[in-house]
Order: sequence, then structure tokens, then C-alpha cells
Amino acid sequence: MIEVKDLYFTYPNDVEALKGVSLTVSDGEFVAIMGQNGAGKTTLVKHFNGLLKPSKGEVLVDGVGTKRASVAQLARKVGFVFQNPDHQLFCETVEEEISFALRNFGFKETTIKRRVTWALNLLGLTQYRQTSPFMLSGGERKRVALASVLAWNPEVVILDEPTIGQDYQQKETLRQFIVQLNAQGKTVVVVTHDVEFVAECSPRVVLMLQGKILAEGKAEEVLTNLSLVAQASLVPPQITQTFLELADLGLPTNVIKVHDASRILLNLLEVTP
Amino acid sequence: MSVFEGFKFRRVSSPVHDLDPRVKFLYVCVVFAAAVMFSELLPLILLLLIQVPFILLAGVQRAWLKSMRGASLLALLIFVMNLVSMYLYQGQILLEYSLGMTLRFLVLVESFSTFFLTTSPDQLSLALEQSHVPYEFSFAFTTAVRFVPVLAEEAQTIMDAQRARGLELERGNFIKRVKNYIPILIPLIVNAIRRSLELAEAMESRAWGATEKRTNLYVLKMRGGDYTLALISLSMLTIAIYTRLYLPVPSIATLLHL
Amino acid sequence: MGEALAIIEAKGLAYAYPGRTNHSIKDLSITIERGEFVILTGPSGCGKTTLCRCFNGLIPHFYGGKLEGDLTVAGLNVSEHSISELASRVGLVFQNPENQLFALSVEKDVAFGLENLGMPREEIRERVDWAIKMTGVEDLRDRAPHELSGGQQQRVAIACVLAMQPDVMVLDEPTSFLDPLGAQTIFEVINGLNKKLEITVILVEHRLDLASKYADHVIIMDRGKIILDGEPRKIFDSEEARLIGVGIPRVTRLYQFLKEQDVYLRKVPVASEEASQLLREVLVRDRG
Repeated sequence: MIEVKDLYFTYPNDVEALKGVSLTVSDGEFVAIMGQNGAGKTTLVKHFNGLLKPSKGEVLVDGVGTKRASVAQLARKVGFVFQNPDHQLFCETVEEEISFALRNFGFKETTIKRRVTWALNLLGLTQYRQTSPFMLSGGERKRVALASVLAWNPEVVILDEPTIGQDYQQKETLRQFIVQLNAQGKTVVVVTHDVEFVAECSPRVVLMLQGKILAEGKAEEVLTNLSLVAQASLVPPQITQTFLELADLGLPTNVIKVHDASRILLNLLEVTP
Repeated sequence: MSVFEGFKFRRVSSPVHDLDPRVKFLYVCVVFAAAVMFSELLPLILLLLIQVPFILLAGVQRAWLKSMRGASLLALLIFVMNLVSMYLYQGQILLEYSLGMTLRFLVLVESFSTFFLTTSPDQLSLALEQSHVPYEFSFAFTTAVRFVPVLAEEAQTIMDAQRARGLELERGNFIKRVKNYIPILIPLIVNAIRRSLELAEAMESRAWGATEKRTNLYVLKMRGGDYTLALISLSMLTIAIYTRLYLPVPSIATLLHL
Repeated sequence: MGEALAIIEAKGLAYAYPGRTNHSIKDLSITIERGEFVILTGPSGCGKTTLCRCFNGLIPHFYGGKLEGDLTVAGLNVSEHSISELASRVGLVFQNPENQLFALSVEKDVAFGLENLGMPREEIRERVDWAIKMTGVEDLRDRAPHELSGGQQQRVAIACVLAMQPDVMVLDEPTSFLDPLGAQTIFEVINGLNKKLEITVILVEHRLDLASKYADHVIIMDRGKIILDGEPRKIFDSEEARLIGVGIPRVTRLYQFLKEQDVYLRKVPVASEEASQLLREVLVRDRG
């Protein structure tokens, strides 16, 4: 469980990025932290694995304050997949790359081999075991980065803007993967501004604006509140916009998924599928 | 590092900032030449003081003081080393001479610091261009300056990404610590190469190399203030040379006994 | 639709990067008319980025190798003219805003291309001021690129290309790193340039939900070939688009679900405004 208690954070260049944020992420939750670029989303999640320490207030991971804990200690529980895989790839083979964190955390060599095989399999990278990560395509490198974090089986997985530069199929695959991870009991935190992606997953949504939490709640509640969405400089899902414009005809105002929208309309038109 | 703060350009408006960088550079060279010509205290103190009006006029006192503070450690080192070496070499304690060497160093730091504080990298590259340095060099210079903050940020992000994988940069003996920087350096270098490729594509796409006769949006024109400074600099140089050749320079000791 | 209006004409275009055995684009033929707003899309690796680089001559001149087939852009045969010659006819805006800006102020960056062309100072000044005004970055004129947000940087990049007054502007996934509002602003700027200045726009995008409403011509590629080429609504509604796995706008998907149950909207929607209008017609008709 991650508890954020009245967190303030100021960068060395005197920019106050977080101004009193309080939040709890329970075990097994699926949370999307949303907002425009510069709202403080990444700054917030970097406190979860101790990369950043609070200027004021505190952050507790499973009851342990992050101020005293080292990043290595916290990272064991909280895995962080960075936005750009090229910021971490440096090994000669994909196998080495995935083993890197495992070695840092002190896993035995036999366990490492097993975990690497498992992670490669999970992300469909088995054929690239001995390939240099630099030879892979952008999408494949993203999967290597993800595999290298899942390999050490952290309880919490944070993904920072995982949908950037991805085409539709890649996003779909990723979405299904994340939902599965969550179903297996992992706490998943996704930092994103991709509203359509979030709409299809329906996680708990935390909206941030200028270093503060603007609103939080179920995706169906937050993403359908036009005024909140506009304040956070996001664009509501297309389906939501469509339905809100038809509210005067009695259409529900909390629809974000295409399938739900279709079902509701067919019901209204008394068409039996 | 505070000493570097004293060399970073501040975007402030002042008459000194508006001066032609080439003339400012001439002034700095003259101060350098004069400082080297004398090892006596009196002229060096004079050189130190003569620059103060410029610093005040440019409004960069605080930053300049930071550079002087940063240089003070080195200055102390120079003083002590000169004292010791002169004692060993000539068997005397040459206080004035050592002080003089220290002051010379400070005069140089003072003038270069003022120069860089009041001249933007853009102006520098423009000065280079107009002095017929091939464009590739001034372009390489401005591009490097432009990307320094970007690379610094990227280095920080890479360190964060690797620390998030359990890499502990502060632990271990010397060799281990050096090895720990490989996961930082490799992504940094690879990304720098990738970035250069993208930059090259963008440059080509905007007609880089279309013609030998490249023009410029800005142009450096010498104006009243520039000519004045040029005149002052040349006068200073003349006086310095004349003094060195023909006039006796009294030491402080002599002056005090008067 | 005569040939005289075609600003880009490609016939049997094929290209393999030096050192690679497989072709990134194969036997590609398209016609793009002057003033069109084209969306070019397809799964990752389909060859759209390669095609963009052909338009302004980076392929073959920068990347090397041989460009097979014929490609004429704004009257110039790409293989026979240098990149700098093509630069005043075709502009290319790249995905990463940071790596397109080299100068220490916005103004100087916008002037970069014109300085390269050796234009006289007064003309550079005019064009720079004009381009800055057209892209709405007047208040950023003296700022350094590093101080700007991603969206601002991309607008500046567009100004840099616009200053050269090209006939065609190609933008390769320009909103990848931007948030939705930043992306919308970019699309509005591009649309403005297309409608007001008649600059032909070729936009490579995955975010079809935000961009589709501006397009009058859509091209979908897959594995180096052109699979679909024509009117946006017809293409988004097609079976092939679904099979290729292109992320069609959500409201178009809704249209398809309804169609499967024999509920027909009058038109294929690509944006929420039209979708709600079309649904309103059906719902009101149903009640009345």
C-alpha cells in the first residue's frame, strides 16, 4: 500500500512541482494518474520508489517512510517502467538486460536464469534472448524494458506514459497486458494523458493540475465531468462527448466505452442484438 | 559549483551587454596583456580596480562576486606556492611578488568573468561568424550550448532509470563505482548519437549547405559605445607599454616607507 | 481531378535502406492534389516514415541507396534534385520537437533555413515575422528552445518550416510527445495553414480521433504498400482498415456496431459533433 500524506516537493531550481498532495493506493488497485504535461504526475510517482524525497509531508510504502529508505530497497517492491526505453538499455544481449536488475537485487544465478526465461516468454521476446537490444524495433525495446521490470516481480508496477508513439494494435496489446497484470494481483499505476486508453480500461482516475489533485474517482465519473476534464487540459473521450451532447434526449451521462454506448443506444431503439 | 555561476550569461539589459562582443574581447585581451606585463603590485591593483565600473554598469556584481569567491581558493594556492617556491629558490620571502602573482590571476578571472557574464552565446557565435570563422564552428558552438541543459536532464533521467533497477551509485569501492557508471554512459552516448542523426536530418531538411554565402538575421555593427571602449582599450595598452618600457614602477614597500 | 493539379505524383516507388535486404516501401503509387489535407497512417513499421523522407529528398540523398520508381514533388523529380533545392518546396516537421531546434532563440531558429538559402537580411526578417505570426508564437520570440513546452516547440518547428514558404508540409507524427490539448492546437495550426495558405498537408498520425475531422484524403499503408487510398469516411468504415488494425475514431466504431444491428446513421461520423447530430436524427425519428 502506498500512502501519500500532504506531499510537497520543490525541485533544486526552485520550481514547486507538488503542492500538498494526499493519496492512497491500496494493494491490487489499478490507478491512472492523469493531467497535462507539467501537472506533476511523474514527479508524484517518482516518490513511490524513492527517486525523489518529499520536501514536506511524507510518503509511506507498506508503512515504511521513503525519506530514510534507499531507492534500491523501495525498487524491490515498486517497479518503475520509464517512458523511454532508450534511457535504460545498455547491455549486449536482451538476456543481460533483463538480468541486470535481478543481479542488483541479489538474486541467485539459477533464479535469474529462470526469471529471465519467464519474462521473455511473457512479453513474447524469447527469440531475441541473445539479440542486442539496440537491434530491436521501438516497440520491441519497450517490451524489453517492461520485461526487465516484471522479471523481479515487484508488487507495484508504475508505467510512465506507456502509450507514447504506439500504434493502435500496440496500445491494445498493452492495455490487455496491464489489465491482466492487475487481475493477477499487482498494483498498477499508469501515468498518462491518453484519455481513450484509460476509457477502455476503466481504472480509478486521479486528475492532477499544477501540482495538486484536482479530482479523483471512477473513470466513468471523472472523465465524464466536462468541466474537470477541461481544467486538467485533457480532451474527454469521443463517446462521452457524443453522449453528453444528447443528454437532453435522456441518454446517460457516464458513458466512456464504445461497447456500452452501442448497447445503450440499441436498447433505446429497442433493437435486440 | 559557484565559480561556474560567475561565467554563465545573464540575460539582463545594460549598456555593457549591448556592446559589440568583438570590442569586449579586445578589452579583455588588453587587460590580459597588461596583467602579464607587470608583476608589481601597484599596476595590478590598478587593473583590478579599473574593471569595477564596468561590472557595476553591467549590473552583474552578485554573479561576479560568486566567481571571485570560487576563485579565491585557487588564488590562495597560487599565493602559497609562489611564496614557498621563491623562498626555496631565492632564500627570501617575497611577499609582494607572491601577492602580485595572486592579483594577476584575480585580474584575469575578473575580466573573463565579466566578458562571459555580459555576452550571450548567440552574440559570441555571431562575433565568430563575422570574424570569418567558418560557420560550422560557430554552429557547433551554439548547438553545444543549446543542448547542454538537455543532455544534463537526460543524464539525470538515465540515472533515475537505472537506480530504479537497483543500481546503487553511492556504494562500493572505487573500481565498483566506476563500473557502475557504464549503465549511465552507454545510454547517454547512444542517445547522443541518435539525437545527432535526428538533428542532421532536420538541418538537411532546412537547406543546410545550400550555398557557401550564408546570410544572417542579425549583424554586429559598431556604434558609439563600441568605439569608445575600443579607444579606451588601445589607450590602456599604450600606457601600459610606455610605463613598462620607460617608467619605473615603485613597489608598495617603497611607497609605504615614503 | 486533372493531372495538372497534382502536387505529388509517385509511380512504382520502392526503396530499401542501404544494408537492409527487405524494402521499406514496395511498388508505391499515389497522387496528391494541391491543397489537400492528407492523413497517412498505418501500423508501426509500415513504411510511412520512409515515405515522408522520400518527399523531401532525405531519401535518397541523405540516406543513400537507390530510390526506384518516380517521385515528383511540386514539379521536381526527387532523385534529380538536392535536398536544399527541394527544401523551398517541401518542408518536413519531425516527431521529436527537441531535436529540430538548434538555435538559442525562437527567432534565430525560424530564420535558420532562410539563412542557409542566403536570402537578404530584410527578406529574412519579413518572413520570420510572418511565420511567427501565422503559427501564433509571437510571445515566444526571444525564448530559448529549452524553456518551451513540447507543444510550443512543435509550433516553433512548424514556423521554421513555414518560413521557407513550401508548397507542401509533411509532418511525421508531430504530436507523439504532446498531451491532447497540445495535439489539438497543432492540428488547428496545421489546418489553418492548409485552408488559409493552401499549403498541401501530409500528416502522419495514429491519433485519428483528434485529427480525422480535418482530412479530405486518407492513405493507409501496411508492410511497405498502400492498402487504402481515398475518402476518409469510406476508408475508416472499411473492413480492410479494421483488419490492418488502424485505430479508427471511436465514433466510427460506434457507427459500425450500430450498422451490424441494422441501425444506420445517415453518414459515417469521424468526430463527436457529427456523431451526436446523426444519432439525434435517428433517436428523434424513432420517437416521433
